[in-house]
Formats: sequence, structure tokens, C-alpha cells
Amino acid sequence: MKINRFWSWLALFFGILYFALPLIGTLEFSLRMRRGEYSLDAYRVVLGDPRFQATFSYSVAMAVATIIVGVLLVVPTAYWVQLKLRRWRPIIEFITLLPLVIPPIVIVFGYIRLYNTSSFLPLTGSAWGTNLLLMFGYVVLALPYMYRAVDTGLRAIDVRTLTEAAESLGAGWLTIMTRVILPNVLVAVLSGAFLTFAIVIGEFVLAALLNRPAFGPYLQLVGANRAYEPAALAVIAFSITWVCMGLIQLVTRFQKHTFAKR
Amino acid sequence: MADTTTAATALGASGRQRMTFAWLGILPFMLFALLFLLLPTLNIVIGAFQTRTGEFTLQNIFNLFQPSILSAYWISIRISLASAFLGCLIGFLIAASVVLGGLPAWIRAPLLTFSGVASNFAGVPLAFAFLATLGRLGLVTVLLREWFGVNIYAMGFNLLSFWGLTITYLFFQIPLMILIVTPALDGLKREWREAASILGASSFQYWRMVALPILWPTLLGTLALLFANSFGAVATAYALTGSSLSIVPILLFAQIRGDVLQDPHLGYALAFGMIVVTGIANGLYIWMRTRSERWIK
Repeated sequence: MKINRFWSWLALFFGILYFALPLIGTLEFSLRMRRGEYSLDAYRVVLGDPRFQATFSYSVAMAVATIIVGVLLVVPTAYWVQLKLRRWRPIIEFITLLPLVIPPIVIVFGYIRLYNTSSFLPLTGSAWGTNLLLMFGYVVLALPYMYRAVDTGLRAIDVRTLTEAAESLGAGWLTIMTRVILPNVLVAVLSGAFLTFAIVIGEFVLAALLNRPAFGPYLQLVGANRAYEPAALAVIAFSITWVCMGLIQLVTRFQKHTFAKR
Repeated sequence: MADTTTAATALGASGRQRMTFAWLGILPFMLFALLFLLLPTLNIVIGAFQTRTGEFTLQNIFNLFQPSILSAYWISIRISLASAFLGCLIGFLIAASVVLGGLPAWIRAPLLTFSGVASNFAGVPLAFAFLATLGRLGLVTVLLREWFGVNIYAMGFNLLSFWGLTITYLFFQIPLMILIVTPALDGLKREWREAASILGASSFQYWRMVALPILWPTLLGTLALLFANSFGAVATAYALTGSSLSIVPILLFAQIRGDVLQDPHLGYALAFGMIVVTGIANGLYIWMRTRSERWIK
């Protein structure tokens, strides 16, 4: 009744081949800049490029802002829905899943139309306003992952009892949120945060169409004009995604550990 | 949106005292969703049904039915279908090999972690990776030529084509499938297999009459999700092909950058068409999901 072990190995082998080859190919290509020998020249050129440093730090700042705003928005909402507005859950869940249905390019198209210089909220009129708009756009893109992570975390604890216990000890709303709820869902929040970071750091469409100097458009620009540097950038981007996923694994394992102790 | 707000007020007015202000707690979220998700989308949808002067019209939708735009939709749908179908099939085979195929247990955790990474490794860097692998000077292209004397470009392969894009998309489609289908495969209870076996079912009969019917909603639902996933993807295709391959998201991207269609409202109609296609795909996904959750407990 089991699948033949030989076929299993074969399927796995081809899977590994398909996923390893592009990674090996990229790595190999990124080392080929100097003719006839392998060197790290492409990385040196990329890391030394002032535009790389500028766009990369812009995207990192954007990702951090997105995570902070996302957490401030999602955690209290998910908590409140869990505590008081259970019948609203399907509606909220539906809204948080919408960014998977509506392609990002459509959402940003709407931004450009809705928040142009002659509108009620002319966000695209200034660099500051456009940055804000881009950040909110990223919060929207991260919403499905962030909300799901936090909601799962909240379902695992007894929100009502914890809240009542804190209230009976005289805690205010701020204390309950920061000292009772947040520590309990910290692992979920962190998982959502790292995933958000991985999404925002290389995002292209929103940044390009809102004309902001982010890492994604820079990647595209380098790709269109250079030969070996894009491969080096791809290796760097892949490493960043890998680190983010590794950190998610790490915090999740950390949580299992503390649960096991109790 | 206006409906939900009035509904909340009505709820508070009619019901218990405690409910009256409870909805205030999600007001920031609702305001955010309204301003940065719902209104922008609604704006595009309305724009698709308006003339330049703001009157109602269906002309923009009719204008979509011109050969260049129809062919863009057609190739987009074909690439999305192909990458979704192959992604489902290959992802399923790999997941089934690892979960049920008697491979050592330690393979599982690295496979799932890698799938998490690869399913998020989309966008511009993915295009670079495939250019460095299957481009004209890419590793695989060169090795095939030098070792086996096979020149895939002379055989008509091109990375900037239907198959090139499909192969590239599979890099994030297969891992997504593995991530979704592994829990479903875990949900197949051993008792079912044993019961089937006691009743004399062959391996093939077990799969055809027990396992696949149970997995069917998950498989079809994931197919829909993968479809929407690649249909909306812009960055990879744009970095790979520039604007030489005319798929819908690229066409829309070029339109937003600099009115290539000579008519902004046609752009809204194009975007509306994308929402309709991904909406249908995701509607199927949600419907299938609710059906499959009845079994996987």
C-alpha cells in the first residue's frame, strides 16, 4: 500500500535538482565577473555602490516601519475581535484575505488614482506623503500573513480569562496589551514580522509605481543594465529570505521549549 | 463598507448596552482597510464603468475584447494554469514521497523549511536566478552545450516565453503546494488505509476510492490559489522579459507608467478584469477549503 521507495527517491531527486540548479547557477554566475577565475568582484562592486546602500537602507527602514504599524494595527484588532466581537470574525478575516485576491498592482493603481495631488488626501504630492502611502501599502500586503499568525497565536491562549485576571488586579488597557497579551503572542508576532520583512525588502511593484527609491526597483535597474551584479544581488536577496525563515523557525522552536517546561 | 458600519450601529442600538461601543475597538482597523484596501479597489472598479466625463458606460469593458488585450489575457491565463497545474502535480508528488513514501523522517523538516524560503523567493531576484541558470550564458545552458552538445536555444527554447516563464514560476509554486498539501497528507488516517486493505483494496483502489476523494477539495483549492498567485505576479515577469512578453500584469504596469493604451479608463477595465479572474480563482479556493476542512480534523 506504500508508494514504492524507489519512486519516492526519484521524485525527491528531481525536486532537489530543480531547486538546487538555479541556486548553484546564480552563485556560479555571480563569481564569474573576473575573466578566467572565480572572484568576489561582483559582490565588491554591488556592496560598494552608494545606490545599493541607499536603496537597501530605505527598504530596511520601510520594512521596520511596516512591521511596527502592522503590529499596532493587527494585535489590538485581533485581540478585540477574539474578546468582544466574535461574530465579526468572518468579516475581519475576509478583509485580511482580500490582499491575496486583489493583485498588488491593482491596489497601487487605486492609490495613484485616489491620492493624487488633486484629491481629498493628496499623499502622492510630497515625498513624505508618498513614503507614508507606500508603507500603508506594505501593511496591506502583509495583512494576510500578519493577521493569520497573530490570530492563531491568540486562539492558543485563553484571552478572556487572562483579561479578566489582569482587570481584577487593576490593570488598564495599555498594561493588558503590553504586559499580558503581547508577551503571550510574541512568537506569532515575530513570525509575522520576519515574513513581512522578507516580503517588503525586495518588493518591486508598489515602490516602482509610486516612484520611491526602494531596493526592488534598484534590483530591476541593475538587472536591466549589468551582467554579473544581478546574480550577486540575487544571492544576497536569497540569503536575506533564508535568514528571515531561519529566524521564524528559531522563535517557534523557542516557544515549544518554554511550553515544554511548564 | 457603509453597510457594515450601519450594521454595527444598528446592532448596538438594538442589543445589550455592552455592545454599543464594542465596535469602536476595531474602528482603526476598519478605517485603515477602507482607506488603503477597499476604497482604492472600488475606485478602480467604478472607473472601469465610467466615461471620461464620469457617466456610466460598458464601453470600457467591451473595449477589452480587442485582439491585443485578449491575447494578453489568454497567455496570462495559460501561464498561470500551466504553472498552477504543474506546481500542484510536482508538489504533490514530492510531498507524497516524503510523507508516505518511506523516506527517512529527517528529510521532512528541511524540506518544509526550504519550501517556506522558496515560496517567498519571488520577484526580481528570482528572475536573475533563472537568467543565470537558463539564460543564454546560464550555467545549465552552457553545461548542456559543452557536455552533451545540446543547444537548447537552437532547439527553440527561450526563457522569455511561455515555457520559460512557467518554469520560473514553478520555483515558488511547487514549494507553496508542498506547504499546503503536507498537512493534508498527514490528515490521511492510518485506519482508513488499514480498513481499505482489510476489505481487499489494492494500493491503486485505495488511492482512487479513498485518499484522492478526501484530498480532492484541497488539491482543487490549492490549484485555484496557485493560479491567482501567478496571475497577479508582475515583478518576476517584468525583470525577466522587460515589456517584451505581453501578459496582463505587464500591460497594466506599462499602462500605469505611461498611458500606452491611449485611454486611462481602458486601464481600469484591464485592472477590473484581473480582479474578476483572481476573484473567481480565490472564490473557488475558499469554497473548496471549507469543504475539505470537514475531513481534516
